[in-house]
Amino acid sequence: MARGRRRERDSMVPAAEFSSYYGRPILKKPTWKSPDVPVYLWVGGLAGTSAVVAALGDATGRPALRRSGRLVAAGGALAGTVALMHDLGRPERFLNMLRVIKPTSPLSIGSWILTPFAAFASTAAAAELTGIAPRLGRLAGWGAALFGPPLASYTGVLLSNTAIPAWHEAHRELPLLFASSGAAAGAGAQLLITGLTGAGGRERGPMVRLAVAGATAELVIGEMLEKRLDRIPGDIAGAYRTGAAGRWNRLARGLTACGGLGALLAGRSRVAAIASGAALAAGSLATRFAVFEAGRASASDPQQVVAPQRARLAERGSHSSAEGSWLATENATSPAPRT
Amino acid sequence: MTASIEPGSPVARGERPDAGSTADPTAGLASNVGTPYTTPMSGQTERAAYLGMPGQRPPRLGFFTDTSLCIGCKACEVACKEWNLVPPDTGPSGSHPADLDELRSMDLLGMSYDNSGALGASTWRHVAFIEAEHRTGAAQQGEVRWLMSSDVCKHCTHAACLDVCPTGALMRTEFDTVYVQPDVCNGCGYCVPACPYGVIDIRPGDGRAFKCTLCYDRTKDGLTPACAQACPTESIQFGPLDELRERADRRLAQLHAEGVPEAQLYGRDPDGGVGGDGAFFLLLDEPEVYGLPPDPVVTTRDLPQMWKRAAVAAVGLATAIVGSFLGRR
Repeated sequence: MARGRRRERDSMVPAAEFSSYYGRPILKKPTWKSPDVPVYLWVGGLAGTSAVVAALGDATGRPALRRSGRLVAAGGALAGTVALMHDLGRPERFLNMLRVIKPTSPLSIGSWILTPFAAFASTAAAAELTGIAPRLGRLAGWGAALFGPPLASYTGVLLSNTAIPAWHEAHRELPLLFASSGAAAGAGAQLLITGLTGAGGRERGPMVRLAVAGATAELVIGEMLEKRLDRIPGDIAGAYRTGAAGRWNRLARGLTACGGLGALLAGRSRVAAIASGAALAAGSLATRFAVFEAGRASASDPQQVVAPQRARLAERGSHSSAEGSWLATENATSPAPRT
Repeated sequence: MTASIEPGSPVARGERPDAGSTADPTAGLASNVGTPYTTPMSGQTERAAYLGMPGQRPPRLGFFTDTSLCIGCKACEVACKEWNLVPPDTGPSGSHPADLDELRSMDLLGMSYDNSGALGASTWRHVAFIEAEHRTGAAQQGEVRWLMSSDVCKHCTHAACLDVCPTGALMRTEFDTVYVQPDVCNGCGYCVPACPYGVIDIRPGDGRAFKCTLCYDRTKDGLTPACAQACPTESIQFGPLDELRERADRRLAQLHAEGVPEAQLYGRDPDGGVGGDGAFFLLLDEPEVYGLPPDPVVTTRDLPQMWKRAAVAAVGLATAIVGSFLGRR
């Protein structure tokens, strides 16, 4: 009953010979809520990029970028904090996140990135809106810019530092994917806003370049991620290609490709700026949903856990999981061969 | 060991030298310490020495679950529920709500004598039932046999749940077991996907993470954990881990000599991906048949590389934004 049975999935790959306990999952599915966590991942990239854009817009005499960048950064920080709190099983204990600083816990480090970022970004936005203390606003803007890029990239570590194969095995690519996706989202938001407000070419020019670069990097790194997973047994890449994750992934790539191409025209056309900016920001959000759903699917599939671990054991020349120490003693005999 | 521990005689003293002896009581535990990943924050530590209290350290406690002795009576599941006041389960796992409807409709999984399904926030001992063919021995080959195994939290040497916990709610006790402090946990859920065995889970309705405590309240008073106390066949054995490892090695040799070559120890090896389990097993088939991962690795082993990648990504992002501002337009 337990032997050779595989979980039914809509996959073209023939059933592999592997064992499980009645096809039941080995790992627990993340209990993280949707859309809270995908949105949290997305606004981290969006707000982090926007804070840097605002500081550089300020430094290079681009007031429209400074203003909208500060507002998006502060809004994103607020939304991210709310999403993070709402996701907790005991939201009233949110401040327990700040009891300790643990480098082994990306969520601990992330809380310590998000907290100063939110403080700096909201100070800068308050100065922008009220006109009070512009120098303090500028200083806070640079503070937010310092914490912005880590806020965009740490979320890749947050997901990959788990036992879930589709996340863990992608740990080389996920921080890069989320950072480039953050660039596309941040630039997209600025294209959208400058298009709506009609801010001119000098304001929009840097965002066109950032949008094209971010979209290109997001598409290339996404492809690299799937290529790496393809080399691992257990059809882990399938977690990104089938089901809900597959649909989000195709949507993300379509939006990002269209947005990246449209951004090439955004310097001259307000309509192109609005459309491509919205597509890039939405594409970035869809990327986060795709990765999140891929992890949920991967955790539910025992094959994705067993097959890579079996391959690893075979590579080490060991049949048993307890290779090396006690098996080498005189008491041990080889375990029964698998038929 | 199970029978030899009297109430009130702390097992914590089991490893201590007699009065007057100068032997270092932690010396016998050095083999538990293991690998280069050991830090004060992750994995087994010589905690007493670290705290400046050398010689005060109790032995590392654990379970050896010998599944060749398990009769599937589920006394461990019941004793655990009763002692720890674990509420009725809302499903095999709070994280797999699809299974909830199945359970609510009839309270049965319909797949064997197993109706608790898996370890979870409200199932800290889980007895697996497997109907499988013998794969060895000319006389037995092809005959159907029942495999039964009582699963539990592994209390890893390198515990991913403990590493990733952002609040410090998960901690390592003086017995080197892994314990969730319910008054600190804020239900962030990070431990749930981090566990390579799929043990810990969020309890629906409560919001916090729960798992086996290795009866921390009992071990502190020198008592045997409820499941081991209730086990009628001593399939679940409790005691200092190094004693259990010796006993498991003897049992494995005995089974191999008696013509059970498929017997294997699981989680005993301190060089494994989680640095050895505080609760380890003797299995009669491959681990995955019991729903156990064949070669689990603590996720934080790759964390230094991940942080480097995140730093590269952050610097790359900042550089790209600065670069986009270069140029006249």
